[in-house]
Amino acid sequence: MKFGVIVFPGSNCDHDCYHVVKHVFKQDAEFVWHKESRLASYDCLILPGGFSYGDYLRPGAIGKFSPIMKEVRRFASDGGLILGICNGFQVLLETDLLPGAMMRNRSLKFICKDLYLRLEEDDTPFTNRGRVGDMLKMPIAHFDGNYFVDDKTLQELEENHQILFRYCDHNGDVTTDANPNGAMRNIAGICNRERNIMGMMPHPERCSESILGNEDGRLIFESIIDAGVVLR
Amino acid sequence: MRNEPRVTEELVKEHGLTEEEYDKIKLILGRDPNYTELGILSVMWSEHCSYKSSKVFLQDLPTEGEHIIQGPGENAGIVDIGDGLAIVFKMESHNHPSFIEPYQGAATGVGGILRDIFTMGARPVASLNSLRFGAFDHPKTRYLLNGVVAGIAGYGNCMGVPTVGGEVYFNACYNGNILVNVFTLGLIKKEKIFKGVAYGPGNPVIYVGSKTGRDGIHGATMASEEFDEKSSERRPTVQVGDPFTEKLLLEACLEVMDTDHVVGIQDMGAAGLTCSSCEMASRAGTGIEMDLSMVPKREEGMTPYELMLSESQERMLLVVKKGREREVTEIFEKWDLDVSIVGKVTDDGMLRVIDDGVTVVEIPAKILAEESPVYIRPKERPQYLSKTEKFSTDKIPEAGNHGEVLIKLLGSPNIASQEWVYRQYDHMVRTNTVVLPGSDAAVIRVKGTKKGIALTVDCNSRYAYLDPYLGGMIAVAESSRNLVCSGAKPLAITDCLNYGNPEKPDIMWQFDQSTKGLSEACKRFNTPVVGGNVSFYNETRGEGIHPTPTVAMVGLITDIGLHMTQWFKRDGDQVVLLGKNCGELGGTEYLAAIHGQEEGPPPRLELDLEISVQDTCLEAIQEGMIMSAHDCSEGGIAVALAECCFSGPKSCHGVAVNISGDNMRGDCLLFGESQSRIIVSLYEDRLDDLRKIAERNNTPLSVIGRVGGDRLVINDLIDCPVTRLEQAWRRGIEERL
Repeated sequence: MKFGVIVFPGSNCDHDCYHVVKHVFKQDAEFVWHKESRLASYDCLILPGGFSYGDYLRPGAIGKFSPIMKEVRRFASDGGLILGICNGFQVLLETDLLPGAMMRNRSLKFICKDLYLRLEEDDTPFTNRGRVGDMLKMPIAHFDGNYFVDDKTLQELEENHQILFRYCDHNGDVTTDANPNGAMRNIAGICNRERNIMGMMPHPERCSESILGNEDGRLIFESIIDAGVVLR
Repeated sequence: MRNEPRVTEELVKEHGLTEEEYDKIKLILGRDPNYTELGILSVMWSEHCSYKSSKVFLQDLPTEGEHIIQGPGENAGIVDIGDGLAIVFKMESHNHPSFIEPYQGAATGVGGILRDIFTMGARPVASLNSLRFGAFDHPKTRYLLNGVVAGIAGYGNCMGVPTVGGEVYFNACYNGNILVNVFTLGLIKKEKIFKGVAYGPGNPVIYVGSKTGRDGIHGATMASEEFDEKSSERRPTVQVGDPFTEKLLLEACLEVMDTDHVVGIQDMGAAGLTCSSCEMASRAGTGIEMDLSMVPKREEGMTPYELMLSESQERMLLVVKKGREREVTEIFEKWDLDVSIVGKVTDDGMLRVIDDGVTVVEIPAKILAEESPVYIRPKERPQYLSKTEKFSTDKIPEAGNHGEVLIKLLGSPNIASQEWVYRQYDHMVRTNTVVLPGSDAAVIRVKGTKKGIALTVDCNSRYAYLDPYLGGMIAVAESSRNLVCSGAKPLAITDCLNYGNPEKPDIMWQFDQSTKGLSEACKRFNTPVVGGNVSFYNETRGEGIHPTPTVAMVGLITDIGLHMTQWFKRDGDQVVLLGKNCGELGGTEYLAAIHGQEEGPPPRLELDLEISVQDTCLEAIQEGMIMSAHDCSEGGIAVALAECCFSGPKSCHGVAVNISGDNMRGDCLLFGESQSRIIVSLYEDRLDDLRKIAERNNTPLSVIGRVGGDRLVINDLIDCPVTRLEQAWRRGIEERL
């Protein structure tokens, strides 16, 4: 499979994402500079974490004006797979490729820590390796992960099975205490209705190697690679 | 020529120059300096930039070794780690600005140290920090703590450089002067090292990064004076950071340095354009001529004085090969950075600055960079020592319930979990962090090799206050012990030496003594000092801080698979103490937190014993023999054992031990801070192997108990559920906020 990792000015998980797909999962991978106006042919695009444009104005708000985003939109409407992680998720929200918005964490502090996610949907290209109810341990590292969306859209997200991950406790229960940032209904990751675009706040690329003490993030990349094989 | 203030006696004094220093300037120049030159000379000859009071005393520090590629004198030190790779690291203080404006002060401290690393061509891969605040209940402490931590987080997180560890201490001696010492380590290919040198007359000098504004003028001078009531008026001398621009600068500089066009490069830190240009010229034995009309400016009407002394952040100065200006400029423009050719290298050794076609500065670069006055200031043993040394344990009442004391200690701010702090730092970005914050040392892997790097930062300033020589030695010994507990062989250190006013003989004595202690220990551990800084004048209204020689040490793990952590792993494992309990109470956290005293001599340190304990521990880890290793430090063996029980990322363990000390009081045994002790746990069937190693190294070894259950049991002194201990420890800092 061929991955493209978009590099915005201020992206800082671009190297990590590239490392994981290229060196851990042995897939083709290239960096894509945000000023490019043409996309080569890729099977999956990753919008990595970081602070695109310094998070100035609002996380992701300026990234949406990068020249490459026009091509990303076209890629999306052609059915290409897009994974937005953390700041990448925020860019996808600002670009309206995914519904909703991010507010500052409830604590008004940056939070970096491991926590648990409950897998809510397994019939997407990003989660097909798992089963509904699976519990995954993954780190978050963000200041703005407090997911918000209007009631009507929230209901649509639920009805269309677009909520893929929720924050949960170590027993797998989705509780208020397990919610690190105040996100609506503990939402940690969602996909679009067509199920080819996923955004998530936790960082699967940080937990896909045994030396890092946690490999739960592999599920995401393995699912994508499986889906890519089917696509072909 | 603009209307500039006339240089008068008063103006000279305002610039912090003494009469003798001013006479020396006149002698060198053969004339009176003009206003801009006065500014330049005053900042380059300030304590902060010139090390004029400390230089002589630093000469004895060991700075060389087989594996040392670059010692002090450059932007950072460099150490060989094999595989064609080297690590570049340094620690710097940003104390004064952080007190005045905690968020920006700390943030720009991080920005500065990051630039010091990537200016050498290295990619920064890990940061640490050592923070010291006043008493927790002091009215300013919470504000300062919140601001400093948020500032470090705001800058470091945006840069994508993980803050993998550090230390936070609280002590009333820092009420008026907090310490913010920041450390960064970078990775570099050995054949791609860059230095701050302006070789090749005729080569263009290029400015890149943020525009120059009026912020931070005389920041270095501020850091060279005591604080008084008016210090908050100095807020305009604190710089404002823009981590986004720095991130662009980092990526652009590394891209430019990947070409063959760069001759030398240096960041603009303290004293901005002045310091970078004269140091680069001085190192290369050349001169630099700059035209200020070419400098990118944030606002109109800035004077040469302001432009030369501004400490605006996120700026670099490069010397590139003549004819390569376009290629270099294009890379910076790709990253949307301001870039401008501001001058050229000359062969006359002068720093020459031109404004509006008129030469406004003409001073030999070497005079500025290297030939500041040097002082051998008088020193005298402080009087307080004769009082603190009189300490006797007999005068300390022994508390009845040791379990309750332990709970109180675990919840005290200097021992409690620092999770509230490091949770705000991205400590995982770059996916190298193998041991996260919360063990004795942080460990990162080196991608593409089997190796790992362990890092730690340490100083017990209470020890250094009670015995500066010993305090300096222990800072090095404990850093080394921390690294060894993570399975690393210590390689080298960088230090931040934080003290009060050096014009006072007792401060100078503290400085001299602790530097000697540091030096002695570094020689024995074979960990040379490859760089660092000195921060004097940490004093407010005559009240100085405890001497604080902060040490950051870096070690190498040859096989990352064999790294070690401090927490117990398995019920049934044997628990062994390497070293012996001597029960010293002087200078302990117990004495301070429970009895409110900072007295006594600090615990003894026998270097032979220390080295033997460390050798045994490291060998056992490298043989894959043990499951955990944790050093005993603040709070003594009781705190160390408790931490072994609950500090791991997975489930807690209990432990039951029997420890001995010659007819010692319970509190001395439990909370005394004898040095050279490491607690290890291991499978029972490896015990004989460990004994053999210990015997060979002549290391005292005692089997003290076994991991298991859910209680911490020590002799008949403590018997307490681990969950209760853990709660006290986890909530200690957060509850106080």
